[in-house]
Amino acid sequence: MGSSVEVRKVGEEAKLKKGWFLAYKWLILRRFSQVFIIGIFLLGPLAGIWFITGNLNASLILNTVPLTDPFLTLQVWMSGRDLESQAVIGLVIVLGFYLFVGGRVFCSWVCPINIVTDMASWLRRVLGLPKGIDLSRTTRYWMLAVVFVLPAIGGQLYWEMINPVSIVQRGLIFGIGISWVAVVMVFLFDLLVSSDGWCGRICPMGALYSLLTPVARLRVTASWRDKCNDCLDCYKVCPEPHVIKPALKGESLGLGPKILDINCTNCGRCIDVCAPNVFEFAINFSDNSRISL
Amino acid sequence: MKLTRREYIKSNAIAAAAAAAGVSLPASTVLAGKEDNSSIRWDKAPCRFCGTGCSILVGTQNDRIVATQGDPDAPVNKGLNCIKGYFLSKIPYGKDRLTKPLLRKSNGVYDKEGEFTPVSWDEAFDIMALKWKEALKKKGPTSVGMFGSGQWTVWEGYAAAKLYKAGFRSNNIDPNARHCMASAVAGFIRTFGIDEPMGCYDDLDQSDTFVLWGSNMAEMHPILWSRLTNRRLSAKHVRVVVMSTYSHRSCDLADNEIIFKPQTDLVIANYIANYIIQSGAVNEEFVAKHTNFRKGVTDIGYGLRPNHELEKDASDSKKAKASKPISFEEYKEFVSEYTLEVASKISGVPQRNLEQLAKYYADPNRTVMSLWTMGMNQHTRGTWVNNLVYNIHLLTGKISQPGNGPFSLTGQPSACGTAREVGTFAHRLPADLVVMKKAHRDIAEKRWQVPEGTIPGKPGFHAVLQNRKLKDGHLNAYWVMCNNNVQAAANMIEETLPGYRNPENFIVVSDPYPTVTAQAADLVLPTAMWVEKEGAYGNAERRTQFWRQQIPAPGEAKSDLWQLVEFSKRFKVEEVWPNSLLDKMPEYRGKTLYDILYANGEVNKFPLSETQAGFENDEAMHFGYYLQKGLFEEYAGFGRGHKHDLGDFDTYHKVRGMRWPVVDGKETLWRFKEGSDPYVEEGTGFQFYGKPDNKAWIFALPYQPAAEEPDAEFDLWLCTGRVLEHWHSGSMTQRVPELHRAFPDAVIYMHPDDAKARGLRRGMAAKIESRRGLITTRIETKGRNRPPRGLVFVPWFDASRLINKLTLDATCPISKETDYKKCAVKITKA
Amino acid sequence: MVDEVSKKPVVPVQKKRVSRRVFLTDSARGAGVALIVGTGLWSKAKIAHPIPFREIRPPGALPEEDFLGRCIRCGLCVRSCPYDTLRLSKVEEPGVVGTPFFKAREVPCEMCEDIPCVAACPTGALDKGLTDIEKSRMGLAVLSDQETCLNFLGLRCEVCYRVCPVMDKAITLERSQNQRTGNHAMFIPTVHSDHCTGCGKCERSCVLTDAAINVLPIALVKGEMGKHYRLGWVEKEKKGSPLVPSIMNKPLGQWGKDK
Repeated sequence: MGSSVEVRKVGEEAKLKKGWFLAYKWLILRRFSQVFIIGIFLLGPLAGIWFITGNLNASLILNTVPLTDPFLTLQVWMSGRDLESQAVIGLVIVLGFYLFVGGRVFCSWVCPINIVTDMASWLRRVLGLPKGIDLSRTTRYWMLAVVFVLPAIGGQLYWEMINPVSIVQRGLIFGIGISWVAVVMVFLFDLLVSSDGWCGRICPMGALYSLLTPVARLRVTASWRDKCNDCLDCYKVCPEPHVIKPALKGESLGLGPKILDINCTNCGRCIDVCAPNVFEFAINFSDNSRISL
Repeated sequence: MKLTRREYIKSNAIAAAAAAAGVSLPASTVLAGKEDNSSIRWDKAPCRFCGTGCSILVGTQNDRIVATQGDPDAPVNKGLNCIKGYFLSKIPYGKDRLTKPLLRKSNGVYDKEGEFTPVSWDEAFDIMALKWKEALKKKGPTSVGMFGSGQWTVWEGYAAAKLYKAGFRSNNIDPNARHCMASAVAGFIRTFGIDEPMGCYDDLDQSDTFVLWGSNMAEMHPILWSRLTNRRLSAKHVRVVVMSTYSHRSCDLADNEIIFKPQTDLVIANYIANYIIQSGAVNEEFVAKHTNFRKGVTDIGYGLRPNHELEKDASDSKKAKASKPISFEEYKEFVSEYTLEVASKISGVPQRNLEQLAKYYADPNRTVMSLWTMGMNQHTRGTWVNNLVYNIHLLTGKISQPGNGPFSLTGQPSACGTAREVGTFAHRLPADLVVMKKAHRDIAEKRWQVPEGTIPGKPGFHAVLQNRKLKDGHLNAYWVMCNNNVQAAANMIEETLPGYRNPENFIVVSDPYPTVTAQAADLVLPTAMWVEKEGAYGNAERRTQFWRQQIPAPGEAKSDLWQLVEFSKRFKVEEVWPNSLLDKMPEYRGKTLYDILYANGEVNKFPLSETQAGFENDEAMHFGYYLQKGLFEEYAGFGRGHKHDLGDFDTYHKVRGMRWPVVDGKETLWRFKEGSDPYVEEGTGFQFYGKPDNKAWIFALPYQPAAEEPDAEFDLWLCTGRVLEHWHSGSMTQRVPELHRAFPDAVIYMHPDDAKARGLRRGMAAKIESRRGLITTRIETKGRNRPPRGLVFVPWFDASRLINKLTLDATCPISKETDYKKCAVKITKA
Repeated sequence: MVDEVSKKPVVPVQKKRVSRRVFLTDSARGAGVALIVGTGLWSKAKIAHPIPFREIRPPGALPEEDFLGRCIRCGLCVRSCPYDTLRLSKVEEPGVVGTPFFKAREVPCEMCEDIPCVAACPTGALDKGLTDIEKSRMGLAVLSDQETCLNFLGLRCEVCYRVCPVMDKAITLERSQNQRTGNHAMFIPTVHSDHCTGCGKCERSCVLTDAAINVLPIALVKGEMGKHYRLGWVEKEKKGSPLVPSIMNKPLGQWGKDK
């Protein structure tokens, strides 16, 4: 790249110390999860194995268990329509799951757009591109408000006309058409306009999911924060870097070691890149005990 | 042709692109670029499909059909067409059109179990001739046979009959018309002594009452139905009665819809006759002057194999046609048991409906036209029911007059013109002559310039018998031309396919497309169709229509005519005729069948110069003379002066058809009636001149049950038939994408309660099974056909769902026509 | 290799102090973006509205406004369709992206008696109240081109009529005389909105290069008579007797006719 030798590759140390696999373990698992989820939806149309039908907006497992996306369902509800029992049951199941594992697990483990924005982020790091417009991370909550208020006024699901998350996942499952343009737009937006722009600042879907996080039991936990060597790799790879500091460095203020910020996506990338193994996934109980994963 | 600069550049660009793609476009295509109607050549032809005989104008350009239109001046259709006719221009252009002879081969030699391999015509005819000669040598003339068609042109049928009956000395030639209107033929011959309807389509514009006896004209004869409907609309007193075993589209127009139990049309016809007598409506003068009464034998069996249970005790099966004279009183007594109560009880039709129908026939002030097709013909008592309907018309004298008369419709474009008039049946010769009569054979032999005794006196194998003889190994060299019998013949798995695949047999199929039948063959010959050859068809109203060749056939495809005549060159007369016969005409020694049958001074007497300039005539060019004209003129000689007069060859090319007998250049609309038929003598009123005493026969014939009826296990009647969108087995119409889309797959039309009782719903797949076979298809409870409980209807156009696996090969013992309308089946969830 | 970055002293963690000013600016910017996007969406929906969606919704679909409010764009209806009739609108296609529709000319609705698509809908965008498929009103068939329709020209086609699953009710053949030929009848397919389900079988099977009969959304084609006029004969039939029974059917007699 022509940069000085001082510029060290992020995660290089972890790779050397832990080996390649452990340095990418959670990333690999996440990619697997994202592909797997779209994949089982595609098993039906491609192989005739109908384990799950529908798409991420709503689906049916083995023709019996309904799953319903809260972001869509609540828009329907906001538009003044009552909810059918199937939608409510599906909603309860999905809410229960995300309340336990953390809302934004959707973003990093399920949402296919995440792959796009992660790629943009990686490329931006590699190319050393500037951060771009620093949109406030609160923008998404304003977006969320608008997305929910519009149906209440106009009676329709306006955001769904352009929601790239919805368009892309549906495109992957039902036929992409020119929906890949949405992918390109999000990618270019994140790469050239605003770093971590889509997922970290704009997307109202992630914003809604983040609101499910407060009671989550599954948390990234800086269990061995004392071993931190201050390499800052975790900050660099984190799509929401502001969530780390309280857990990693807040011991003196009585904060942590759990990452409590609602916008932590539980992506586990910080665990991967940390050479001294500061972080881990843990299921936390109310008596402060926890099971490490 | 002028080209603007822009178009010139464009067409050059297309040529460049085509050149780059390795395609060489004919210059005219490049120049055509834009649609140019001025260079389309229009010429007439009859429609290729049903027996209606609509007239078409075919538009060709650069040796392709680019458009068709209904001929606005044609009397039959006045520019109209049905939906099949609308797509005529597409039928030659199916993607899988055959263009090369295909022979089953393994390792480069013929092998019955081999793969179809393209071969030259020479090689195809070599192996064919070899097989024919082998069979003739081993088992004699009865071991070779041919299954022909009511879709043959007149001269193709004539050339084929001549090749077989005079050339190979085998009467084993029968047309698929055997499946279609043999019962109508037998009925006409039996009652009137002469074939084909006395009336014509003009009756449709004039009758007061139309009675459909087993015909869904609304779908099967669409243009005639529109004429009939117009008559119904144009006069308030006109009534339409539709009789059927299930409700169909023609019932829409019915003032009186009569849904009767299968086979009980015999009862209804006898009841009507009884009603006419009981109510004093008999036209006594007419009956006395023009009719005789006969009682037919009744224990005639069902045309099944002789070892079948139903045939064992059938004492009259060998002389099923026999009858003896009776008096009117005896006849009156015979039909008197067919009272309204009895008829209603057996047929399941309310008394009111039956009585109203009988009254229409009895009313002296009402003209009545009876119409029928397969409902009456495909019937194990098909000849009888034809006879019984004639009875009604004869008792009331309602016949041979405008609007009055029985009219049997035909399903094929030349069932009348070729199969019947030319006489391509196993027992017939041209112009109603038959092989059984020495006098008739003499006439044919003389006209054909072959020795006395050439034509065998025993009828050949009819359609159903051909399949049985193939299976049993008695018929070994077999040529199927212009039909799709593996999809059509009843009881296909047990009685048809085994014969085709019998290792002793060599099967040749000539067809434009790889039909089910072609696929069952050993040698497939690619065939020119419709306007790829010069032709003539005769429609249901005795109208003979000619057309010229308008386009070349694709690839190496050749017309049936070319194939037949060319094949005859492969036989030296010594190889097929015995010495005893040759001794009578020693001058034929050393000659080929071609020399004797076709280059005989008659067939080859019209020079090429008489063909129409500007039109190709592949056969004439190939053989060096106007072959079609020669064949037609020789053939027409049979009928001229003998009540079957056909007009002059060249005139037919100029007119929109003529209805025979054509005497002094004038056509005949109503036969047997003084004034409208030149053969009826003055002062007689009527003459049914097919009979020696000019009297038609009224037959006493009873009701008898069908060969197979539903029972506890096979608990439903199966009726089969056609649909408007497809013609016959669909080999042409299924290749038109729009028609395929309009009706892609055969379905089971079923009463919703019958479906429900079997746990079935509309759209579900179901198995339909008889004692002979089974197919799977979907249930339709809401469609065009609405069967009563206990009966289902399945159309037979669908090559992927062969309903003829299920049907029973029982025939009318007189006409030998299969009953495709009645057998027992069961239906279960698939 | 000296790791400059790792040697940087890490700023001790503290509650992020954000000045009120920065906070307000940030929020205002966020709200601004959201409002721009929201207004854009709103107006797009409003502008798009007057151009009606030409394609057909699945059976039981609520009226378009309501449908769009309820449809969750999940495709469960699409998957439940045994004939692959339904599909979800792609970005480049007409209609709101992700919502189900079908193109009658390509694959029409086969009118399953158990209506699996309605059963599959999790949100009621397809009305569970629809239990008889013949009561569904997906659209309305319109014989839109009488100039090319073969039946109006006197040809015997009527394919649309014969494929109609509600034959003789939704489409009837009205007979009339062919004035041009003088001796043929015409069979005119005539659609009746009180029975037409809009399944599209007719449009699909029309044999013309471009269909002369089309299934369109009811709102696009159906007229409205106006409440101020009633059809006398219909009202009488509905009631089963004259609406004003006291009016005598006939005057007392007619000169020359009645004695």
